[in-house]
Amino acid sequence: MDLKDKLLSSFLAFENSVDLENPVHDLRSEAIKNFEEKGFPSKKEEAWKYTSLNSLQKVDFSIFPKEESTLEYKDIKKYFLHEIDTYKIVFVDGVYSSYLSETTHDGVDVCLMSSAFSKPMFRQVIDVYFNKVASKDESLTTLNTAFCKEGAYIYIPKNKMPKKPIQILHLATGNEAALMLQPRNLIVAEENAEVQIIERHQSLTENEVFTNSVTEIFAAKDANVDYYKVQNDANTASLVDNTYISQKDNSVVRVHTFSFGGKLIRNNLNFYQNGERIDSTLKGVTILGEKQHVDHHTLVHHAQPNCESHQDYKGIFGEKSTGVFNGKIIVDQIAQKTNAFQQNNNILISDKATINTKPQLEIFADDVKCSHGCTIGQLDEEALFYLRSRGIPKKEATALLMYAFANNVLESVRIPEVKTRINKIIANKLGVRVGFEL
Amino acid sequence: MLEIKNLHASIEDKKILKGINLEVNAGEVHAIMGPNGSGKSTLASVIAGKEEFDIKKGTISLDGEDLEELAPEERAHKGIFLSFQYPVEIPGVTVTNFIKTAINESRKARGLEDMPANQMLKLIREKSELLEIDRKFLSRSLNEGFSGGEKKRNEIFQMAMMEPKLAILDETDSGLDIDALRIVANGVNKLRGKDNAIIVITHYQRLLDYIVPDFVHVLHDGKIVKSGTKELALELEEKGYDWIKQEATV
Repeated sequence: MDLKDKLLSSFLAFENSVDLENPVHDLRSEAIKNFEEKGFPSKKEEAWKYTSLNSLQKVDFSIFPKEESTLEYKDIKKYFLHEIDTYKIVFVDGVYSSYLSETTHDGVDVCLMSSAFSKPMFRQVIDVYFNKVASKDESLTTLNTAFCKEGAYIYIPKNKMPKKPIQILHLATGNEAALMLQPRNLIVAEENAEVQIIERHQSLTENEVFTNSVTEIFAAKDANVDYYKVQNDANTASLVDNTYISQKDNSVVRVHTFSFGGKLIRNNLNFYQNGERIDSTLKGVTILGEKQHVDHHTLVHHAQPNCESHQDYKGIFGEKSTGVFNGKIIVDQIAQKTNAFQQNNNILISDKATINTKPQLEIFADDVKCSHGCTIGQLDEEALFYLRSRGIPKKEATALLMYAFANNVLESVRIPEVKTRINKIIANKLGVRVGFEL
Repeated sequence: MLEIKNLHASIEDKKILKGINLEVNAGEVHAIMGPNGSGKSTLASVIAGKEEFDIKKGTISLDGEDLEELAPEERAHKGIFLSFQYPVEIPGVTVTNFIKTAINESRKARGLEDMPANQMLKLIREKSELLEIDRKFLSRSLNEGFSGGEKKRNEIFQMAMMEPKLAILDETDSGLDIDALRIVANGVNKLRGKDNAIIVITHYQRLLDYIVPDFVHVLHDGKIVKSGTKELALELEEKGYDWIKQEATV
């Protein structure tokens, strides 16, 4: 049985575990129909030309997570940003771990989707926001909607800001030979609210994991949302991350995606601007080796005048790794005075590494500033010689140039400890001691 | 200190250096002059270890040790410093971080611990004052958006920090106004000592008014065609390079 059939038959069993009377279940039922009709995307589709899910579909994944496995904090501490105090929403094999988490209802709600679905106090928010910006026809998104049950629920009321950043951590223990996870997150920042979120998926063994995640983010008027995605997973872990963002007037949303590891990663990052003077920032650093594959598909839809978007993705590809960047910008006719900036720069440090990069601009307004650029190159030999002539060994000089290359993406990181951590991961990845911080 | 014998070097099969002989002793300053395209910068790059150049024949040695097999960083660790004609812009790395990394990597190669932070700061302060470099300048990205003069001053600042045994200044005077020239020359002269040597590569005599050489060599078509003392530089200034070229062809 392939994965699609297994998922369809599992849906019946899944229905036994959820409240069929809940209006959310109507959304699940519709969603599974869409997935049944469309199935997994194939390479014949333009959007999936360079990323194949074929081999994943042949794996016999467990669809339902077992009971919570016990993990000791000391064993997984390193996957947390533990240098600062944070709220934590931790899932172990898809099941919420109250032991490892720190949630709150103190002025803001940092808790679980399962609670939000079932408790009447959250009903109104679910009615207004849930599944409102996520696609209803993209097959993997609808697959996630069909099985939606658990994930992070973050609600920041008007003029509020949580006392500390929030970490969402998905751990896979390897208790299953192969495990499929489908977390579903909802983040709402009401008018003038602010929130900072760090998300990470981590497999603790070499057992195969396939995560199909959907996150919806709503930023109301004047809201400010920072979202950091740390993708540094095991080489047997694959991730399809579907993130949908809806922004209102004057809101600022920044998503940083740090892709350093994993077998296959597909990021579908979609911004919908539904107001004026909105600022959307999409930044990414990708450093890959071995046979890793990362595919960034971004969409920014400018639907109102006077908005901005800033995209800056940097990639360094070694060994037999492959990368994809596809950046789509749509500017509606009404969206005059749009300022859309897109940049994708790549360095190939191996003859066998590949990058496919494509800007896709659909501009229907005439008074706009849209710039885009993509480059693919090697490390600058002259710069390397310059550094080496100052006594910096080749390996360190190479790393220094890569840091420098990736650095302007880190500049907009607003939590210093996140920046430090990312620097450390990069240093570790490049196998160098870094005696400085950028 | 530096001994170059019958050096032939080419890039992509294009012969650039065609038999250079040069001996530089500790305490000496040598000027290498010559028309454009004569191979001056190539000679500097080859001594510093640029790998694009193939050494076809001949030897380069420092204190009796053959340099040919050494990587650029290893040559730097042995005390060779090249001030670049076109310093490379490296956005994202500050001048301070760069120089700290360079100094500590060189110390590591010599089996020393990292320089203590307070000592490093003191040294940076001292050398930046010597070259009249603004403190703000040090936290800028290396060479990014620097004027020609700022780049050259930054090169000599790095040289002053690293205190090399052999400094090669490749067209350090180009892009400098007269005040900057004086500051840079002052920085270079501070390094002069009985244990150091300096090779000044220049097209014009101007810099040599400030950094007075012991010897002047004229490079033409990949060979040193004439050597002399500082008076030779004045003669070149007056007569240009044509007579040298003619003399060389005869």
